[in-house]
Amino acid sequence: MENAIKKYWPVFLLPTLAAFIIGFIWPFIWGIYLSFHKFITVSKTTFVGIDNYIKVFQDATFVDAFWFTARFTLVSTILINVIAFMLALALTRGLKGTNAFRTVFFLPNLIGGIVLGYIWQILLNGILTNLGLPLLALDAKYGFWGLIILMCWQQIGYMMIIYIAGLQNVPGDLLEAASIDGATSFQTLIKVKLPMVMPSITICSFLTLTNSFKLFDQNLALTSGEPAKQSQMLALNIYDTFYARSGAQWKGIGQAKAVVFFLLVIGIALIQLYFTRRKEVQQ
Amino acid sequence: MKKIIALALALVVCLAIAATACADASVYYLNFKPEQDAQWQALAKVYTEKTGVPVTVVTAASGQYETTLMAEMEKSECPTLFQVNGPVGLANWTDYCYDLAGTALPGYLTNEAFALKEGDAVKGIAYVIETYGIIANTKLLAKAGYTPADIKDFESLKAVAEDIQARKAELGVDGAFSSAGMDGSSDWRFKTHLANMPIYYEYKADGIGTTGAIKGTYLDNYKKIWDLYINNSTCEPALLASKTGDDSRNEFLAEKAVFFQNGTWEYGSVSALGDENITMLPIYIDAEGEEAQGLCTGTENYWCVNAIADQEDIDATVAFLEWVITSDEGRASMAKEMNFVTPFSTFTGEYAPTNPFVLLDAQMTAEGKNPVSWNFPTMPSEEWKNGVGSALTAYAAGTGEWDAVVSAFVDGWKTEYDLTH
Repeated sequence: MENAIKKYWPVFLLPTLAAFIIGFIWPFIWGIYLSFHKFITVSKTTFVGIDNYIKVFQDATFVDAFWFTARFTLVSTILINVIAFMLALALTRGLKGTNAFRTVFFLPNLIGGIVLGYIWQILLNGILTNLGLPLLALDAKYGFWGLIILMCWQQIGYMMIIYIAGLQNVPGDLLEAASIDGATSFQTLIKVKLPMVMPSITICSFLTLTNSFKLFDQNLALTSGEPAKQSQMLALNIYDTFYARSGAQWKGIGQAKAVVFFLLVIGIALIQLYFTRRKEVQQ
Repeated sequence: MKKIIALALALVVCLAIAATACADASVYYLNFKPEQDAQWQALAKVYTEKTGVPVTVVTAASGQYETTLMAEMEKSECPTLFQVNGPVGLANWTDYCYDLAGTALPGYLTNEAFALKEGDAVKGIAYVIETYGIIANTKLLAKAGYTPADIKDFESLKAVAEDIQARKAELGVDGAFSSAGMDGSSDWRFKTHLANMPIYYEYKADGIGTTGAIKGTYLDNYKKIWDLYINNSTCEPALLASKTGDDSRNEFLAEKAVFFQNGTWEYGSVSALGDENITMLPIYIDAEGEEAQGLCTGTENYWCVNAIADQEDIDATVAFLEWVITSDEGRASMAKEMNFVTPFSTFTGEYAPTNPFVLLDAQMTAEGKNPVSWNFPTMPSEEWKNGVGSALTAYAAGTGEWDAVVSAFVDGWKTEYDLTH
């Protein structure tokens, strides 16, 4: 067996590696190259140095979009994880119909973001109309909370499944020991379950954080950045820079924004991983 | 193992050679209008059968033309024929546009204005002319006691619309105008087409054809017509933000609205009401001399031949276009199947347009009315349109002031223009 693996590893590894290089590494390198250029098609480019990067930071809409995205990420990460964890707790108690509930909560995750965005736009606009409030596209406040509701609805089920798996892996002897020692259920939760599901928390907060930060489809479909870009998130801002502008320089600026965006996502994700990893314990 | 890899490599090489070693001259048209895809495909086939020159037609999905064009241009087999929407679109693609001045194509245009020029170079040729205005349901107008002839200027349009709005229950309609929806499927009717009106009058007053800094002389008139639309609509102004193009069209088709701002391209759907029941009125905005104003007629579709293609492909493409606009098959397809009104002198007799809105436009022009030119190809960018659209939406809903529209229109124009020049 060992020998076979030594001999045939390229057969297993190379296709994936090739796909990864073609689909990810190569475009990524090109992306960085293009961010220093002015171009319409990538075969005809003019070098412009760091001009594009200077313009990125002069663009007020990009900075606004960053803060909107940051606020959104903070609120949605906390809400999604807290609610998903509570649901997971409720659904690991052996209640009747647990499986049905798990399925129901997980279902929204199977629908694409664009579709969800339009469905929720109709729903939320219907409610706002009945309440006599401005529609989603008219007030960034409603756009923001609309996005939060949509993301929670979509993501909670998925995170819940990960938490359920984590909770089911908490060793029974630990829980038993805790109860023999007279720990209340709240103490068991804080002192035993939480530290034991820390790996799940790491992965779930990583997923929600990066998903929220990179959110595009839902933003496009639900508010499309209206009113006047006040509900525009970073990914949509980059897309708009690239496609909604005419003139060769904008493509390069959009590309530079994308590189800055990449660095932001990496930075934030690494910080988050550092902090949650530290809390993980060995079983 | 090595043998298999060698075999696989050999196969790849063979395929690569096969892919590059295709016919000498060919035509590749990247088509903009999805609704005419089938007709172009059929026409391409006929041409290939006749001449042996392969013609490929690929149609970009709606709203994805620029993206598709950018991607296709990268390929070694890039489009030899594509389109731009006017001067602003040309700014992106000018390096890729072959100068058609030396070819026969500009000679077929009925008016030199239909050539997209850069200096003396002809970079694009318009291939379809369209017209828009306020489509009206004459049956409902008659029911309310009016005829289209009663509407001669903004004052009379306003009087009729407000009267219909006041008597909407009695007339069985929901409003005078179908909803001026500001959803992405409909907002172009107002941030682009309606916005053309103040630009047209300003250009006319100043005797210019494009500008880097719009003054907004006629923005009060823009406000007047917008107020009329939103206050005499089938729904509350605050709801317009989410109304779609389909909503608006359906209200008109269900005879719940008397007026519907749109163009010749809508004839296919509104003809369901019967040709005798529909007409098109000019969009009056209370500008001086508007009694003589006609419908808005122009184009934002220009054919461009790819300058970076091989010379033989360029020649083949020009020959193909010439065939399309001169041969019986080409003219029949464009005039009768695609229902295009073309700016070419070859489309006469049985190839003359039959779309009633188009005939109406020709009739108005013949009566001495001045057609309103399409100036939106000179709008500085999509960004500018979006800014105006957002401000219009907020103003309609009461969450924004008209000043924001003025600012988006005037200041936004300058900012966007300076950014691209």
